[in-house]
Amino acid sequence: MGTFHDHLGPLHGITVVVQTNTPTVYVGRCHEAGPTHVILHDADQHTDGENDQTTDQYINQAAKWGVFKKHDTLRIPNDTVTQVTPLNQFPVN
Amino acid sequence: MPYPDLMVQPMRQELIDLSVAELRTAQDVDSFFENPGTAMLVFNSVCGCAAGAARPSVALALQAENKPQHVASVFAGQDTDATEAARARTPQLPPSSPSIVLLKDGQPTHYIPRHRIEGRGPEEIAADITACFDDLANN
Repeated sequence: MGTFHDHLGPLHGITVVVQTNTPTVYVGRCHEAGPTHVILHDADQHTDGENDQTTDQYINQAAKWGVFKKHDTLRIPNDTVTQVTPLNQFPVN
Repeated sequence: MPYPDLMVQPMRQELIDLSVAELRTAQDVDSFFENPGTAMLVFNSVCGCAAGAARPSVALALQAENKPQHVASVFAGQDTDATEAARARTPQLPPSSPSIVLLKDGQPTHYIPRHRIEGRGPEEIAADITACFDDLANN
């Protein structure tokens, strides 16, 4: 479905998982996956092992319930980003 | 910051026309959560990315035989007191809008958060909602 913000790319407004080349993943509403940064709103982040949760367990829980935001806005440099995937593409177990 | 009423009214009306009660105040929300039995609360939203599909999906789902006894909405970002009151009643659920909460005796039983609405068509979302209705009715 088109929005008023089509110029911001197909992921604008979509809740995504941003995987990186570090132990930290981010989940939030994508504002823009731009040439230098991925910008997320209402975002959470998780580092593998935090709160006794693996990254897979964290993403699984996020896919089922969503996340409580830790950040109003996050800018994640593209040179750390390995993958940006809509959260609803992860199966709910 | 809330959008102008003139812009938002059609989005309110879309649910009002389905006989979905609109909860505009915290007192409205508190009364709704005191209802015994089954209920559905829709967190309505201006967001065109997801809410544009959420409202038609609610319309489709409400055609189901075993729809909840009580159905209402709060408008996130617009009716802030009502929305905060509803969030306070469901503290275990990460806030998102649009989203849909099913309740039994005022307690959340099922949750369809925004990310399970995004990018999907009304029929798909309605199927998820009616699956929740079935589960709610049978448990």
